[in-house]
Amino acid sequence: MGTTGPTIEDRSSPQTATPAVELIDITKAFPGVVANDRISLAAMPGEVLCLLGENGAGKSTLMSILSGIYRPDGGRILVDGRAVNIDSPRHGRDLGIGMVYQHLSLIPTLTVLENLMMGSNPGLSLDREGARTRLGELSRQLGVSVDADARAGSLALGQQQQVEIIKALWKGSRVLILDEPTSMLTPQGITELQDVLRGLKRSGLAIIFITHKLHEAVAIGDRVAILKQGKVVGRLDPADLAAMTPDEIQSRIVAAMFGSSAAPDVADIAELRPTSGLTTTARHLSNEPLLEVVDVSADAAGGEHTLADINLEVRGGEILGVAGVDGSGQRTLAEVIAGQSRHTAGSIRLGGVTIDGLSISERQALGLRYVTDDRLGEGVVSSYPLSLNLVLKRIGQPPFWRGGRVDRAQIRRSAQESIRVFDIRTPSSETRIGKLSGGNIQKALLARELSFEPRCVVFNKPTHGLDVRTIVAVRERIRALAQDGVAIVVISNDLDELVDLSDRVAVLDSGRITGVVPAGPDAEVRIGELIVGVAAPQTVG
Amino acid sequence: MTSPLTSPEAVVDVAPPTTRGAGLGDALVRSLGPIALALITCGALLAIVGRDPFAFYSDILQAGLLRPSGLQDSITRMAPILLVAAGMIVAFRAGMWNLGSDGQYLLAAACVAGTAPSVLAAVPAPLGWLVLGLVGMVVGASWTIVPAWLRARYGLNEIVTTLMMSFVGSGLANLLVKGPFDGPSTVPQTAVVDPSLLLFDLPGTRIHIGVIVALIAVATIYWVFSRTSFGMRIDVLGANARAAQHVGIRVSRLIIVTFLLSGALMGLAAAVDMLGIFGYMRADWNPAYGLKVVPLVFLARLNALAVIPFAAFFSVLSIGGEYAARRAQLPSDFLLLVIGLVLTFMVVTQYLTDKRDRGEPILPRRKAGMARA
Repeated sequence: MGTTGPTIEDRSSPQTATPAVELIDITKAFPGVVANDRISLAAMPGEVLCLLGENGAGKSTLMSILSGIYRPDGGRILVDGRAVNIDSPRHGRDLGIGMVYQHLSLIPTLTVLENLMMGSNPGLSLDREGARTRLGELSRQLGVSVDADARAGSLALGQQQQVEIIKALWKGSRVLILDEPTSMLTPQGITELQDVLRGLKRSGLAIIFITHKLHEAVAIGDRVAILKQGKVVGRLDPADLAAMTPDEIQSRIVAAMFGSSAAPDVADIAELRPTSGLTTTARHLSNEPLLEVVDVSADAAGGEHTLADINLEVRGGEILGVAGVDGSGQRTLAEVIAGQSRHTAGSIRLGGVTIDGLSISERQALGLRYVTDDRLGEGVVSSYPLSLNLVLKRIGQPPFWRGGRVDRAQIRRSAQESIRVFDIRTPSSETRIGKLSGGNIQKALLARELSFEPRCVVFNKPTHGLDVRTIVAVRERIRALAQDGVAIVVISNDLDELVDLSDRVAVLDSGRITGVVPAGPDAEVRIGELIVGVAAPQTVG
Repeated sequence: MTSPLTSPEAVVDVAPPTTRGAGLGDALVRSLGPIALALITCGALLAIVGRDPFAFYSDILQAGLLRPSGLQDSITRMAPILLVAAGMIVAFRAGMWNLGSDGQYLLAAACVAGTAPSVLAAVPAPLGWLVLGLVGMVVGASWTIVPAWLRARYGLNEIVTTLMMSFVGSGLANLLVKGPFDGPSTVPQTAVVDPSLLLFDLPGTRIHIGVIVALIAVATIYWVFSRTSFGMRIDVLGANARAAQHVGIRVSRLIIVTFLLSGALMGLAAAVDMLGIFGYMRADWNPAYGLKVVPLVFLARLNALAVIPFAAFFSVLSIGGEYAARRAQLPSDFLLLVIGLVLTFMVVTQYLTDKRDRGEPILPRRKAGMARA
């Protein structure tokens, strides 16, 4: 035995490294759009490859190809230098490609261990002890501690994501793909995730990190590839990244993403320079609050926390942000204000007048509007044309209906006007709204809610899932609305967005307001502390 | 891959009021294709059991369409079919699966037939028809109140409750006919209305004016759904109930109104049948329109005008089919087979055309993985 040489291959040394996964000329077309156009990428062991691009740039399609959900129309995939055809997600897993999706997929009523055993347990009988051992190994490797017997639904989102990562690595992955992993995390959660990824890099794993946030790509990536309209439009190798200052890197990326003439606001919004502190422009606020929520309690809508003793005031011209971990009662709060859910105690006033007893449409008529976050689920009727969706909240009202009879010409004219004013990109006003992109559906919802003299508007996650340009447009629209003296509530789990827009940010935790942070340079940190301080005490202590 | 056929909603894609679908040719393929396939399949079956399919179909055409008396019978048969279809369309477009039409129909029929002799003896016939029509509508509507309220208030599945209420309603109708409404005849049936007091026939025909009532009803329903705010509210409720709630439609109230309207149309169908053709109701009689009309309204994609040709087709098939089956010495159940096959082929056609609309090939490809392995 004494004569045996080194048995462990040194995979991390650059001389011997072959890419863990290499994509060569991958092409995938859907009817009417080429989602991936001859994309070539390589993910090296021990490195993080950041895939950066707007919505619709082709990131998700590419990852679906890599994980075996889609089959490419052309091109080759090499795993450890060998050409493979990935037939199915199972085949992808067997090849060592682990995937963590943006939307967490743990079954909330099962324990962590049960979730991990699902799909990975060979045979009929459950091997709990084996699974427990494997969980121990992987948690040590990640440097996290996970309670195997906790119900998945009771964990904070960051911890759920850690379990997802463990699940992806369960069978010994060589590539880990994370799709927009930071989109639902608190700032502290993002820091933890970065630590975990650093640990995984050291163990020789190749990581593909998909994001649309520039500063994350710069902070985390060893390589950066920029996707635009299905093509790779820019690459930064480790040598490039080492040679440039962060500012130079960012301007290179912005130039690749938006062309060299990209407007500075686009750069800002792409998280290039996270704005420090809340921006209070010279807006005129009304003396009296326009919207008052007084001691309101309400039963939960859809698995959220129940609301307890909520007190909020918003003046005309003011933007109040509402931050918090998902499920803290944000949707219930929005629905209670809009009249979709009834509160059990307290009172809601608009312009000093109690509206507790008013129906949804009566509140709309008073100028109270609600831009829902569930755009396809409840915001629109996707089989209806755009024009009808624009008047969905005014069925039976003049000028679109007279004496109960519809005036289609009027509806079409009004739709043309909205398409122009709100820059909705659509083949025609009679196109089914379900066929439009998410950004254009959101613009249509804005057109519907912001027409006919709004006085107070509640936005729930107004830019969630939109591309950068639409995000800019939506935020501009919200600011302009405040400028016109409208009272605005913005509910979001994007802290950057809240800090960017709001005059004050209220933090909602487990159905209670735990604090209101006014404009100031350290607002982001203080909000983050409020969110984490109570939401996940185990990570603080 | 997700199947488009997992829920009743998915089978029918109700065109919104302002779009006309993908063109006439497409509509013809989707609607007539299944019928043609069903006729071909049944023809093969007929051939297998030793009957001449061409003779069978020509008998149907002769007896149901080409002979003047047959044609008139077929047109008369359309009246209840159209009214039941209208009642279903109102409910189905709201996403409310009122499958209790048989109970609503029978109960209304029993009440109309039971009271008709005395009402028509007391007042002039036209006024009596009006009153009895209202009786039918009120009884039919009242039989939907329980399912409607349970659905609106507690979200209870209306498919189950309407079916259960249908059983109760059928039983109750029989009890009424055998009990309080039992007439002088020795068999349990209501007293017979004097034929001279039944609905007028159109001049020179045996077609009673109930057919006109039915045509007006479907035209009105079509107008309500294509032109009015009330119809659009119902459509929104059916297309996306959560959106209906979100945009401020009073969903609970609308559910109840929709059910009442649907039941009233079933009751009107019963009144038209009782006053137009029969003049009395026998115990244990049940035309069971419900399950036969369901496929028709789906074939018409819940469009009230489009249902007219399907109702005509069905009437010809049932009037002519009874004769053809007798001549071919087949049980009349053979007709149900045709109807069943039409529905089956409809679902298949829907699946294939939807697949084509998504730009996928109609025939499944060979699995690439298998080919390469």
